[in-house]
Amino acid sequence: MTATLQIGIIVAYLFIALGVGLVAYRVTERTAEDFYLASRTFGTVVLLFTVFATLLSAFTFFGGPDTAYAFGPEWILVMGLMDGVIFALLWYLVGYKQWLLGQRHGYLTLGEMLGDRFGSRGLRALVAGISLFWLFPYIMLQQIGAGGALISLTDGAVPFWFGATLITVFMVIYVVLAGMRGIAWTDTLQGAFMLVMVWAALLWVLASVDGGISTINAGLETDAPGFLALGGEWYTPQRMLTFAISIAFGVAMFPQVNQRFFAAASETVLKRSFALWPILVVLLFVPAFLLGTWARGLGLEADIAAGQSILPVVLNEFAPGWFAALVIAGAVAAMMSSSDSMLLSGSSYFTRDIYRPIIDSSISQNREDLLGRIGVAVFAFLALGASIWVEEIGAFGADTVGSLLVDIGDLAFGGFAQLALPVLVALYWRQTTRQGIVTGLLVSQIGYLGFNLLPEVTIGGVSLFRATYFGWGISIYCMLLGLLLTIGVSYLTVQSPEEDSELYFDGLSAD
Amino acid sequence: MTATVPTVEKYGWTVILVALTVFAIPWFLWGIDRVVLGLPIWLWWHIGWMVVTAVTFWLFTTRAWGIWITDRDSAEATQGGQ
Repeated sequence: MTATLQIGIIVAYLFIALGVGLVAYRVTERTAEDFYLASRTFGTVVLLFTVFATLLSAFTFFGGPDTAYAFGPEWILVMGLMDGVIFALLWYLVGYKQWLLGQRHGYLTLGEMLGDRFGSRGLRALVAGISLFWLFPYIMLQQIGAGGALISLTDGAVPFWFGATLITVFMVIYVVLAGMRGIAWTDTLQGAFMLVMVWAALLWVLASVDGGISTINAGLETDAPGFLALGGEWYTPQRMLTFAISIAFGVAMFPQVNQRFFAAASETVLKRSFALWPILVVLLFVPAFLLGTWARGLGLEADIAAGQSILPVVLNEFAPGWFAALVIAGAVAAMMSSSDSMLLSGSSYFTRDIYRPIIDSSISQNREDLLGRIGVAVFAFLALGASIWVEEIGAFGADTVGSLLVDIGDLAFGGFAQLALPVLVALYWRQTTRQGIVTGLLVSQIGYLGFNLLPEVTIGGVSLFRATYFGWGISIYCMLLGLLLTIGVSYLTVQSPEEDSELYFDGLSAD
Repeated sequence: MTATVPTVEKYGWTVILVALTVFAIPWFLWGIDRVVLGLPIWLWWHIGWMVVTAVTFWLFTTRAWGIWITDRDSAEATQGGQ
């Protein structure tokens, strides 16, 4: 009964999304700027929710509550610092400045903006290439998650390859039709839906437990002593700061988020959304992660290490079947909507920054729009092929949605975080040179990859390739290295004649 | 439109925004497990702090939006050094 219901809800969701996509297609112009950026027309609510839903939807329901269940609710503070404060400040420092430059020079991507300033098609392609490198596995992760969820919903009746292919085909049709405008509209509906659901779930649990919150807290004291104290063995200051900083900076450089900086309709929209970030963070993460913590106090069990998620367990225990189905189906749909935005941005990075400047620069607006839509399909099916291949080789349990998101997701976030500081230097320091930024970008990427992927070795008493040193994650060290190299190499080199060091400053003060 | 913000206020904003970042995690409550109205006291700090942050950000948008980016100082400051 519940499985049928869940599948029914997912299908209903897909048709609503398709409907929104069709409406968006009808009001859309056939240009790349409209397909990728909805012609820069987003208002406050749409911009805020599309960024939020795109990025954090699946984590809010699975990875986040699982972490709060396993280690305690401190993750709420990490999210507060990460998204409520640091990301909001980057929204201003990176986002507002990018928006201004986009308005003046018509940029659609980060690579385009940097390539113009440094007079370099190579840099433009490098930024796009690094972004696609991290984006691709992240999209695979979403496909694997959605495919796995379909397996568990149907008790294995739908094989992985079929479920994943079905979802991918649907996403391609939807993204190709809807473009940025349709995706953002669906995101907004979904964001509002998530917010309502998570509060309803919290109140449901509170109302269903005898003795309410005191029973839960008493359970926590016996089952998980120390859970309510700030900090602990797992939650060290270094770990909390590493996550908060590297994810916040990574978020700002994730293509589907960074590109949305260009899409705001006006300065007022940017101002309002800037001030609303901390509020949205409290409204969404406090209830979502408390549910995970409370599950521990209520003695519920989920094998997080084996890939089970706690939220479905909580809902099945305390909420009626239809409600649990609604939340879980919503979360699966949310996962798909993240992929939609990533596919669109991935395609734009490829066509704008790699295909057009290097292969065919004479392409017309209409052709570029068409190419962008083809790019979405190619990108999606490549990721699908890789996902199925991975699935055939590695084993994957039925409920494997949750903790994996944290692991691989964090690697991608850290990878994107490496872009942030060199970009900030370029945005705010005229003396930045092409060699400076290229060195900063390349070395930090190579360092981050190497230390995460290579096996640990000890050479002359120094252990190399560890993921953390003194409790701090390697992404933080690599970010600092990228910053120092960008500044240092810029000092030592001179700008080439094609560089335009005034581009990010000229005329910004005029109005 | 950027308001003309006095230099003192510009530095003031820097200090305020840094303080908002530093105390988003209440380090002085480290290890404290006191529960108030059902929730750990540090969680109440988080909720309050996010509200304070939002209000401060809003004040920033009305009083100082554009500093370091569109104000004349930032647009011209480093030019002399070229």
